[in-house]
Amino acid sequence: MADYTIKVRRFQPESGEGPYWEEFNVDLDPSLSVLDGLLQAKDRDDGSLAVRCSCRAAICGSCGMKINGQSGLGCKTQIGEAQEQANKMKAATGASAATADSPIGVQAPEQSAGVNAAETGATATAGAEPIVIEPMGNMPVIKDLITDMESTHWTKIRRVTPWLLPHGEPPEREYIVEPESMIDITQSMACIQCGACVSSCLSMEADPGFIGPAALAKAYRFVGDPRDAETHERLHDLANDPHGIYDCTHCFSCIDACPKGVAPMDQIMRLRRKAGEEGIEDPNSGHDHEIAFVKIIEKKGTLDESLLLQESFAPGVKGKLKPNKRAIREMLGSIPTAIRGIKTGKMRSLHKLIPGVHPKLPDQDDVKAIYAHAEEHNEEFNLYIKGEEGELAEEDVEKGIERSTAPAGQEADNAQ
Amino acid sequence: MPSHDVLVIGAGLAGQRAALAAAEEGVSVGIISKVHPVRSHSNAAQGGINAALNPGDSWESHAFDTIKGSDYLGDQDAVEIMTREAPEEILHLEHLGVTFHRNEEGKLGTRAFGGASAARTYYVADITGQAIMHVLYEQLMKYSEQIARYEEWFCSSLAIDENGECCGVVTRNVADGSMELFQAKSVILCTGGNGMVWKPSTNALICTGDGIAMAYRAGAKLMDMEMIQYHPTTLAGKGFLITEGARGEGAHLLNAKGERFMEKYAPNKMELASRDVVSRAEQTEINEGRGFPDGTVALDITVVPKKRVHEALREIVLVGRDFAGVDITREPIHIKPGNHYTMGGVKTDVDGRTDIPGLYSAGETACVSVHGGNRLGANSLLDTLIFGKRSGRDAAARAKRIDYSRASKQVLEDEENLVADLIGREKGSGRRISEIKLELGQTMDAKVAVFRDEAGITEALETVRRLKEEAKTAYIDDHGSVFNQDLIAAIELGYMLDNAECTCVAALERKESRGAQYRTDFPERNDEDWLKHIDLERTDDGPEISYSEVTITQWEPQERTY
Repeated sequence: MADYTIKVRRFQPESGEGPYWEEFNVDLDPSLSVLDGLLQAKDRDDGSLAVRCSCRAAICGSCGMKINGQSGLGCKTQIGEAQEQANKMKAATGASAATADSPIGVQAPEQSAGVNAAETGATATAGAEPIVIEPMGNMPVIKDLITDMESTHWTKIRRVTPWLLPHGEPPEREYIVEPESMIDITQSMACIQCGACVSSCLSMEADPGFIGPAALAKAYRFVGDPRDAETHERLHDLANDPHGIYDCTHCFSCIDACPKGVAPMDQIMRLRRKAGEEGIEDPNSGHDHEIAFVKIIEKKGTLDESLLLQESFAPGVKGKLKPNKRAIREMLGSIPTAIRGIKTGKMRSLHKLIPGVHPKLPDQDDVKAIYAHAEEHNEEFNLYIKGEEGELAEEDVEKGIERSTAPAGQEADNAQ
Repeated sequence: MPSHDVLVIGAGLAGQRAALAAAEEGVSVGIISKVHPVRSHSNAAQGGINAALNPGDSWESHAFDTIKGSDYLGDQDAVEIMTREAPEEILHLEHLGVTFHRNEEGKLGTRAFGGASAARTYYVADITGQAIMHVLYEQLMKYSEQIARYEEWFCSSLAIDENGECCGVVTRNVADGSMELFQAKSVILCTGGNGMVWKPSTNALICTGDGIAMAYRAGAKLMDMEMIQYHPTTLAGKGFLITEGARGEGAHLLNAKGERFMEKYAPNKMELASRDVVSRAEQTEINEGRGFPDGTVALDITVVPKKRVHEALREIVLVGRDFAGVDITREPIHIKPGNHYTMGGVKTDVDGRTDIPGLYSAGETACVSVHGGNRLGANSLLDTLIFGKRSGRDAAARAKRIDYSRASKQVLEDEENLVADLIGREKGSGRRISEIKLELGQTMDAKVAVFRDEAGITEALETVRRLKEEAKTAYIDDHGSVFNQDLIAAIELGYMLDNAECTCVAALERKESRGAQYRTDFPERNDEDWLKHIDLERTDDGPEISYSEVTITQWEPQERTY
């Protein structure tokens, strides 16, 4: 048992007042969840504290909320960990760590940059920073931690035609499909529609119309399903919508927020890749840009920037100056950016923009080993096949792939 | 007044399946759920769904396993229907888009499960319930013109007309607190089980026995209410579920001495004996001092190949990591038996019809009975879908036959007065709702669990009746209209207390040991006196007991060993 203070952003719509903060003192085992803490406050102190919850085991998706600013599930965040995080955040902002009123058995905050060691050292048993709990972002708040998911989340889910559209009548028995294809889409099937990714989405903050991570992950569930007959139409629809797959800015917030390992951004990237394969033109040429990166590094060992634009917009010419109209337009259009880069000193190795000047790494073996490994482990994307990242790293170490870090130093030089 | 031919209460698998089946018959359908449908507890069914679909398997084998698992209390005509219709239902789900696991040929693949004589469990990793429910919800969205969804509406009472037929429900829109009488020609109760009566439980907080209590109050009979399943592998203290699929994949149960103790209790099926058998074995080990100090035994999943764990038991990896701090691929995890499933419920026939014309029930709320004294793993999803579908069809057929009958506004006024009374109680007028809930849960877990006896059950019944009195003066803090969860919790507590009282009365009545009911004072099964169902009907003095026959078609009761 340990004492915690939870600080909840409350809003009682019938009071006529605006939102306000309220602190509750709770005592529970550090291994119990933030939701358990909230329910204790609700049970003991104030039954009007509103929070959606049901399963307590991260499967129903009811209790999406922000804990210390991070979107996630209340039931899946251990209160002891949330306390450590609150302490760490306080320490990182440079304010003094709180003093201990009562020992609560929480680990001292870890030393982080800019923290006064004497202060944190003195609070080895302290945990007096309140754990801050807020409703999810990017959604209207109805009451306390309850948000209006219908007007945002569910409307967007319905936007992607979220049901299977098979061709013709179903077969007498089951559809025969590749076993891997089912495992592949099971990762997006694992979505519990909690909205944590939507809450954390930076693109949606800038463009509330963005279809968003949850709905696009749902879309992949159909695009990747071999039983669905509308793959092409779905991809066109999602690519041509200005709030569609190219509206994502790769910020990784949704991957961090997702409590189920769905990795919505990865699903969006898969949609983009498939769109590229279908020959759908990406206004940013992101897919070709990605391929250009991969190809150039495979060939040269490091990134030859002189080839990047041209390869991105006229793929396949590789080193020969034979760009198409669009590539010329894009390259001309990028001149002002290049000039700004030179002026601000961000672009210093000017000579490297001349094709052919960029050197090839003398020893390509390590690079080739990485490519071979990536090729072999193509399915690692999917958690249902390979497990967590940590385990992957470990397996890689066992196989001696840590050599792959060798060229990093050289790359750092070139990055200038 | 909103009117629908068929009104479904509850939107888990049974409810959604019932709504879709009714809509297919061309009637207007409404589906009401106190939470958003995808939050329903069918989500938590991890392991899979049984069907004899493989060429080498047969429905008779599935039926026999189910009946043996039920300790011969299951009604064999109902079990036959369920197991015969199972293969078609699996294929239907597959065609709708459920991402079932495939074998190397790309066909549906299976895994082994407890109490089954063949590997006939179809699955989606260990999120089978979630995967099926989300796919059914996709269909609800697709057919939104035929099926009106009332998401986050709470039902507090059934409306019965002057002929004694069910003609609607009283509901409260949780978002704004407005109350309405919904009119219907058929009402289907699919509100799940009553796990919250016990603490801890694997069940979600919403599983408060709403439908069972509403039907009971309206005069419908309940059946087999003493039959409460304790699942063999739940996390100590928190009650989280570790799927039986783990044992299906080969995991072992070990006591603190490291012995694989199931050798003593079920030498043939070992860890895959039926759940009541495994739970009793574990509890015996723990009671006799061979468990761990935290009152648990261990589940060793490290014997399952890692690749297989990631592919098939991923949810359990997460549960172990997030809720127990254990990496199940590296070390055993401590588990114990925990409250899990309500075999009993509203007495229905094989088309979901209750004693009250126009009132149907399906899924965990209902008792057809296919599970009898003990449900087999991976038969619950099947039960929800088969009897959800059949209820939906029959309810639609009734709706086509009859006209709306006029529901009296009185029932709405009564409910509004009840709510006004609850909200009007002064702080300190009595106990807090949460206190009563806690005392109820702890009492039931201590006295009406894996092992029971007359003294314990009697004590529990007395406690429940005292708590019922105390609930009449208990107060709530929230006096508002918008998302007044405090008020709903108070009404739910009333449901839970009715459920608890019925379970105690039935458990006290059944003076034998069968399935989940193990009486230490009557340790043997007694077919001569007790091969029958206990039915309960509400009176002002509590449940009145009667009996009904168990239907036996082709499987005579035998001694039950695994």
